[in-house]
Amino acid sequence: MPRWLAHTIVAALFAGAIAAAFWRAGYAWNWSAVWDYRQKFLQGWLVTVALSIAALAASIAVGAAAAALLRSGRPLLEATGRTYVELIRGTPLLVQLLIGFYVVASAVGIENRYVVGVAVLALFSGAYMAEIFRGGLDAIPRAQLDSARAIGLTPWQALRLVVLPQAVRIVLPAVAGQLVSLVKDSSLLSVIAISEFTLAAQEVNAFTYSTLESYLPLAIGYLALTLPLSALARWLERRLRYDAG
Amino acid sequence: MNLVIAGLVQRFPVAAAAGRQAGLATVLDHLDLVTGEIGALVLVGPSGGGKSTLLRILAGLDVPTSGRVAFDGVPLPRDEASLRAYRRTVGTVFQAYNLFPHLSALDNLLLPLIHVHGLTRAAALTRVRGPLDRFQLADHAHKRPAELSGGQKQRIAILRALVVQPRRLFLDEPTSALDPEMRGEVLEMIGELRGEGTQFVLVTHEMAFARQVADAVAFVADGRVIAHGPAAAFFDHPAEPRVRAFLERSLAP
Repeated sequence: MPRWLAHTIVAALFAGAIAAAFWRAGYAWNWSAVWDYRQKFLQGWLVTVALSIAALAASIAVGAAAAALLRSGRPLLEATGRTYVELIRGTPLLVQLLIGFYVVASAVGIENRYVVGVAVLALFSGAYMAEIFRGGLDAIPRAQLDSARAIGLTPWQALRLVVLPQAVRIVLPAVAGQLVSLVKDSSLLSVIAISEFTLAAQEVNAFTYSTLESYLPLAIGYLALTLPLSALARWLERRLRYDAG
Repeated sequence: MNLVIAGLVQRFPVAAAAGRQAGLATVLDHLDLVTGEIGALVLVGPSGGGKSTLLRILAGLDVPTSGRVAFDGVPLPRDEASLRAYRRTVGTVFQAYNLFPHLSALDNLLLPLIHVHGLTRAAALTRVRGPLDRFQLADHAHKRPAELSGGQKQRIAILRALVVQPRRLFLDEPTSALDPEMRGEVLEMIGELRGEGTQFVLVTHEMAFARQVADAVAFVADGRVIAHGPAAAFFDHPAEPRVRAFLERSLAP
């Protein structure tokens, strides 16, 4: 069976099961009230797209920097990286957002809530990225570095030409998973009143009392972002494939 | 080459394990060697005796704890920048090939030429074409290492060390990871290079081959050179009882 056919059949079965569940619940649909707010949904979705892209890029940079700390071999730097990673991974994003916005941002005088939101998201996701990157770098055999040194590469060249191309291939699936999480985690930015996609759905729900009609588009809107991201990752993975040896 | 080694010591920190305290392991213990003017030096001896550790120091990959090494009167430096400059003038081949798995065989050869020695891609391609043809590797040049046999991988690794036109090669048990039939093709290649005057230091367990290519042989055990001398004398009239016993075991069918 071709893969596209398998995907279509499974998607149809899932859609059917969900539709059946809604039908059995006997929900009284009221799409027209929600439809009036379509502009609001679209604006919120676009804000989510922009926030996600900014946080994606920043979280990769933060993760790379933190991974460098974790692998620096210097106790003070390693402790700094370790503390950051464990603090972030051990606490809820919600708390981080509230502290970041009401305490840290006001202490340093940043008033733009979008900047704060992206920064907190990037710091949050960066902690997970750091561990993914560290694992990828650790997976490169020492012999590869020996080889790089033997031919006379500088440490920076060895990183760029030998280590990173191999590490990227190793971390790609995990990074893609983390980026998908990041897109969904951006929904929490609604708590610091950033008018993104989730806040739009919450407001529409408050105006129309049509809960499911407000939130179903939300699910579809996030899928529209995360599915292409996963597909891109799988494509890259295939393109970079080679066997160790 | 004229190699002089005096009082070479290499100690490594070792972690604590069952029945052993953490501390320093002495792998090379005041090793001395003066070769005179030779083309090929072969290091033999029992596993764990310090051959590979010595070779890594000679190749500029590791810095010894103390002692002096000089090739043709030029001492090996101790700082990483000077060592890197030194490594660019020599070639090293490892037991496990250590090719870059994400690059084709061809790109493995081009990488040092382009990024270390500053050749353009076109000039680098011209440089590698002849050697690839000569060693019947041209048809495999576009394969990734995983698609090559062990013998092909090791021959590509030798070419990677060779195409930069090094002063000498360091080969660390280049055939130990290979099946017997592939060993032959790699040894043949090294023998051919020797015939053309390529200078090298080789660590090997292939005694027959060592005898054939070596100008001088050094027997390394317990971190020292126990015996050394011209190949013929070393193999035919071993004076040291340890060397004699080792050779008898190695040459036994």
